[in-house]
Amino acid sequence: MFKKILIANRGEIAMRVIRTAKEMGIKTVAVYSTADRDSLHVRFADEAVCIGPPASSESYLKIANIIAAAEITDADAIHPGYGFLSENAKFSKTCKDNGIKFIGASPEHIDKMGDKATAKATMIQAGVPVVPGSEGILKDYAEAKKIAKKIGYPVMIKATAGGGGKGMRAVWTEKDLEKHWESAVQEATAAFGNGGMYMEKLIEEPRHIEIQIAGDSAGKACHLSERDCSVQRRHQKLVEETPSPFMTKELREKMGNAAVKAAEFIGYEGVGTVEFLVDKNGDFYFMEMNTRIQVEHPITEQVIDYDLIKEQILLAAGQPISGKNYFPKLHSIECRINAEDPYNGFRPSPGMITNINIPGGHGVRVDTHVYAGYQIPPYYDSMIAKLIVTSQTREESLAKMKRALDEFYIEGIKTTVPFHRQLMDDSEFVKGNYTTKFMETFELDPSYADSFS
Amino acid sequence: MDIKEIQNLIKFVSKSEVAEVNLKLKDFEIKIKNIGGQSVTYTPQPMPAVQMPVAPQPSAAAPAAPTAEKPAAEEDNSKYITVKSPMIGTFYRSSGPGKDPFVSVGDNVNVGSVLCIVEAMKLFNEIESEVSGKIVKILVDDASPIEYDQPLFLIDPS
Repeated sequence: MFKKILIANRGEIAMRVIRTAKEMGIKTVAVYSTADRDSLHVRFADEAVCIGPPASSESYLKIANIIAAAEITDADAIHPGYGFLSENAKFSKTCKDNGIKFIGASPEHIDKMGDKATAKATMIQAGVPVVPGSEGILKDYAEAKKIAKKIGYPVMIKATAGGGGKGMRAVWTEKDLEKHWESAVQEATAAFGNGGMYMEKLIEEPRHIEIQIAGDSAGKACHLSERDCSVQRRHQKLVEETPSPFMTKELREKMGNAAVKAAEFIGYEGVGTVEFLVDKNGDFYFMEMNTRIQVEHPITEQVIDYDLIKEQILLAAGQPISGKNYFPKLHSIECRINAEDPYNGFRPSPGMITNINIPGGHGVRVDTHVYAGYQIPPYYDSMIAKLIVTSQTREESLAKMKRALDEFYIEGIKTTVPFHRQLMDDSEFVKGNYTTKFMETFELDPSYADSFS
Repeated sequence: MDIKEIQNLIKFVSKSEVAEVNLKLKDFEIKIKNIGGQSVTYTPQPMPAVQMPVAPQPSAAAPAAPTAEKPAAEEDNSKYITVKSPMIGTFYRSSGPGKDPFVSVGDNVNVGSVLCIVEAMKLFNEIESEVSGKIVKILVDDASPIEYDQPLFLIDPS
C-alpha cells in the first residue's frame, strides 16, 4: 500500500482524498498556489508544498512543479482529483517515468478515451451502441441525403471545425435537408473557414445518464449503476441523482452491461464513468468515457455504501475487484453549490465568506472546502460545496434537500442555493420529467433569494 | 539548527507556560509566541497554540524553514531585497559536492550572477540574481527541499 499520497488538486476534492487517505493510514501531501495558502486542504494534509503563483497554468497544471513537490516529500503516489491534470496523458506518463504511481488511468487509456473520434471507433469495435452518424466528413449534399436516410430522421448536421453552436442544424424531415445543408455550410465557411460537415442522429428528449465502473489489473470490470446528470446549464452539471427517475431494471442491466463491456474491452484499470445519451424510447448511445473520479461520485457512494476514493486507491495498489455489480439501495441527490449569482446570468461571485451555516442531520452530507472567513480566490472554478442528501425514496430525498437548502446560509457572496431551492419546487423536476433541455426553459424566480438574505 | 530541532523546540514551547521565546544563534533567529499559554486540545496537529508568522503546520518539508527565518527577515526587509525561489526542488549552494559555493555572505553579485542551483526531476537549474548588491544572508541550508516563493537570500542593493 502507498505510504504517502500527494494530492495534485485543490478545494473540496483535495479534502475528499485527504480524508480517505487518513482513514487508510496513508500520509498526505497537499500542493497549493500562493492564492490557496489559507485553503482547508493545506491545513489538513500532513505536509504542504507551495507550487506556484495563482494562475493554474503556473501551479496546478505545471507538471514539473508537481513532480518536484512529490520528489522533495518522497510521495510514492499522486492522486490527481478531477479536472486539472486528471486526464492528462503526459502527466500520467511523467509520474510513471519518475517511479510515482498515478492514481488514475494509464496514458494509453487517457489518449484512447480522450479523443472523441477514437473513443467512438473503439466503442463500435467493442459492440457498445454509439450515436449513429456519418463516418467522418460528408463529401457533398448527395452523400448527406443518403446517410440521413440510412440513420433515420431527425438528424443533426454539424460543422467539423465547429464550436459555440455555429454550423449546426437540426433537420427533421428530408424535404428540409437541402436548405439546412446549404445554410450550415455557408455559416461554417464564414465562421471557421471550413465548410466540412458530418452528421449524427438527433437524440430526442436526451437524458444524460452515466454508469460508474471500476476495473482491476486482472482485466475484470464491474459497474456501480447509474447517475442522472441531465440538469445542466451550458454543459455544466448542476444537479445529479441516483437512481435515475427514468431508469428501469431492464435498462439498468442493459446499460450496465454495455459499460462493463466497454471497460473490459480496453482493459480499463481504476474507476471511471461511461456517459450515455438516452432517448425517449429508452435507446441509449455512448457519448464519452471519463477516465477519472467524477465530481458527483458521492451520490453513488451514498446509495451503495462504498468509499469510491478508497476503492480507487486500492485498485491503484493492485487489489482485485469482487466482480459483482452494485445497485442503489437508497436514493440520493446532489446539488452543486457555486459562488455565482443566478439572477445575473450566473456570473461568478468570488469574495469573502463572512458567515456560513452548513446543513446537517440525518441523510445530509456536505463536501466542501470553505469556512467562515475564507476568501474565495477568483482564479479557479466557482464550485464551493456539494450538498448531498440520501433517503429511502425520491420523495423523501426531495423533502430533505429542501430542508437542507433552507439551512444553508452563506453570507458575503452570492451562491446558487436559492436557484436549487426553486428547482426543488419545480413541478417537472419533482415529477422526474427532465432532459438535457430542461434548463433552456427554466425561469428563474428572484424571490427565492429573499429567504436567504 | 535543523528542521527536527526547530520542530522539537516549537513543541517544547507550546507545552510550557512560557509566553514568548526569542532565540538568537550565530546565523539563525526564531521567535515563538504562545497564545494564551494554553495548549490546544483538538487535533489535527496543524494548529498548536503557537503563533507562526506563516504556514500553520510544523511539517517536515519546506514550510518549517521559511517560518523560522521570517522574523529575522521581517526586521531587515525594508533595506534588503529577498530573493525567492521560482521553483520547487532541492537547494544547492554549489555546482557539485566538494565544490565551492556560488556565493557566500558578503559577496557582491550582479544581475545574472548565479546564486544557487535548484534541482528537480534530475534537472539542475541555475538561479540567477535579478539585482546587483551584496549577499547579506543565506536563508536555506545546503541540500534542503524548498518550495515556490520560498525566501532564499537577502541582498543589500545599496
